[in-house]
Amino acid sequence: MRARSTLICAMLLALSCVLFMTLGAKGNWDFVLWFRGRKLAALLIVGAAVSTATVLFQTISRNHILTPSIMGFDALYTLIVALVVFSIGAAGFNHLPSEFVFFAHISLLIGAALILFGTLIGQHRTDLMRMVLTGIIFGVLFRSLSSFIYRMIDPSEFATIQVNSYARFNYIDLNLLWISAGLTFVTLSLSWQMRRQLDVLGLGFEMATNLGEPVARRQKQALILVAILVAVSTALVGPVAFLGLLVVSIARLISPNETHAVLIPLSALIAGIVLVAGQTILERVLGLSTPLAVVIDFVGGFVFLTLLLRKGWI
Amino acid sequence: MDLISIENLSYEVAGARILSDISVTLPKGGVTALIGPNGAGKSSLFSHVARLLPLQTGRISVDDLAVKPSNRRALSRKLAILPQQVHFATRLTVRELIQFGRYPHCQGSLKADDYAMVDVALAAFELTPLADRFLDTLSGGQRHKAHVAMIYAQDTDYLLLDEPLNNLDIAASRTLMALLRRLADDEGKTVVIVLHDINFAAQYADHLVVLKSGRIEREGKPSDLVTEALLSEVYSTDAQVAMVGDTPFVVP
Repeated sequence: MRARSTLICAMLLALSCVLFMTLGAKGNWDFVLWFRGRKLAALLIVGAAVSTATVLFQTISRNHILTPSIMGFDALYTLIVALVVFSIGAAGFNHLPSEFVFFAHISLLIGAALILFGTLIGQHRTDLMRMVLTGIIFGVLFRSLSSFIYRMIDPSEFATIQVNSYARFNYIDLNLLWISAGLTFVTLSLSWQMRRQLDVLGLGFEMATNLGEPVARRQKQALILVAILVAVSTALVGPVAFLGLLVVSIARLISPNETHAVLIPLSALIAGIVLVAGQTILERVLGLSTPLAVVIDFVGGFVFLTLLLRKGWI
Repeated sequence: MDLISIENLSYEVAGARILSDISVTLPKGGVTALIGPNGAGKSSLFSHVARLLPLQTGRISVDDLAVKPSNRRALSRKLAILPQQVHFATRLTVRELIQFGRYPHCQGSLKADDYAMVDVALAAFELTPLADRFLDTLSGGQRHKAHVAMIYAQDTDYLLLDEPLNNLDIAASRTLMALLRRLADDEGKTVVIVLHDINFAAQYADHLVVLKSGRIEREGKPSDLVTEALLSEVYSTDAQVAMVGDTPFVVP
């Protein structure tokens, strides 16, 4: 029972991947596999990163409807990118090795996330409505600050920022792909090692303390992992607001229990299916008429509203 | 020295003194009840022993083991706590919840003896038929029993409960208190319990600790302590105290 839903999802994901790689392929196979393979890798990395970040965030904030993106995490990332470009200029930005820039972004995001969200999550009696409101305000604030910066910089700098600010599944930066793959792998293994501690955190501050867990420290560790995962996925494909919520909600629906040992891999598989199958359909059937992020955000937004209105789930 | 000892504990929130210079030792064995009027600091005292609040001044030790963050793992095998409000973010069955009680011993990967202990806890609290039900499908009394069964599965010498009778009807309250009584009598556990209802305290506890305005007002056996004088001095109310057998009974 426990393995069945995971197994089915794994097979569906494998099927989506095969279809994505082969459907409508013409010409030189070497080129097709290389060209599509790197997109596929990016989609899988982003799926695993976003879903795991969401699971961790929902556990440490003890609710099932908030996600890092709803709380303004990726808006914060975009703002950090804009600030960095603004302060050193596009020329300096493009001159620096992209690995260095990427790691600078990640470190800044971790620091900002700990300051902004650490205190909010650290409170023992977390008020869901206050979290939602804070998230909305943070999101608007970060986006407004970013657009304020866009207005002050020159067009070449804006072009540099723009690449980082919109969800895009069609163009993947190859340099980033390797770093992202490595970082995601490390972060996911750390999350997997934390799975039992995360189960205990889900019991709330008092019970977790009773069972001997250092709650505040674990929350900080999880928040750092979330920041890295959000940075990776945002840098690769830009912000996707409701993907995490959508896939983790589906995972909770079909998973036999809510332990992290089941939830983390299952959400990652579902995220992979949604992204790979979605991209296949959009590219091959609908001829790229709509960006994937728009469809995901539309469906995900619908799920968010449903969850918010169905009090019993919170 | 086998007991919970609290020395010079003080606690302030935003300039208001909640606990002032409390020194008390809670005996090992039996049922000890903390009672006192609203706002006397019972729950604050409980939270300090339970590590839910950081110590500002003073020290607390359980069997010579100091209550401080670096001892958290050893403490979780010695002292189990049930807070007043329990809110789980995850949907759990009764069995899954009780399995969490074994976490301090196995860090989440349960072995054969952990599963055996879970079965013992299920049986002791008559929860075996409900083992695979989800907690949110149970009645308040049953859910409460499951919570207590979880801290029982933790297999500690000390059990601390903060107002466990809140929202329970008379039958569920009596069942729970009788269970705690049995744990103390038959298994040698030390039960420390914060109680609102003096009558329950008088009926089921061996030892009472009375708090008022953040100080220990008195302590002793219920039959000596629960008097009309106590009610008028500590609770400022003129209630009548009758004797039912050997047990004092406060007429509400």
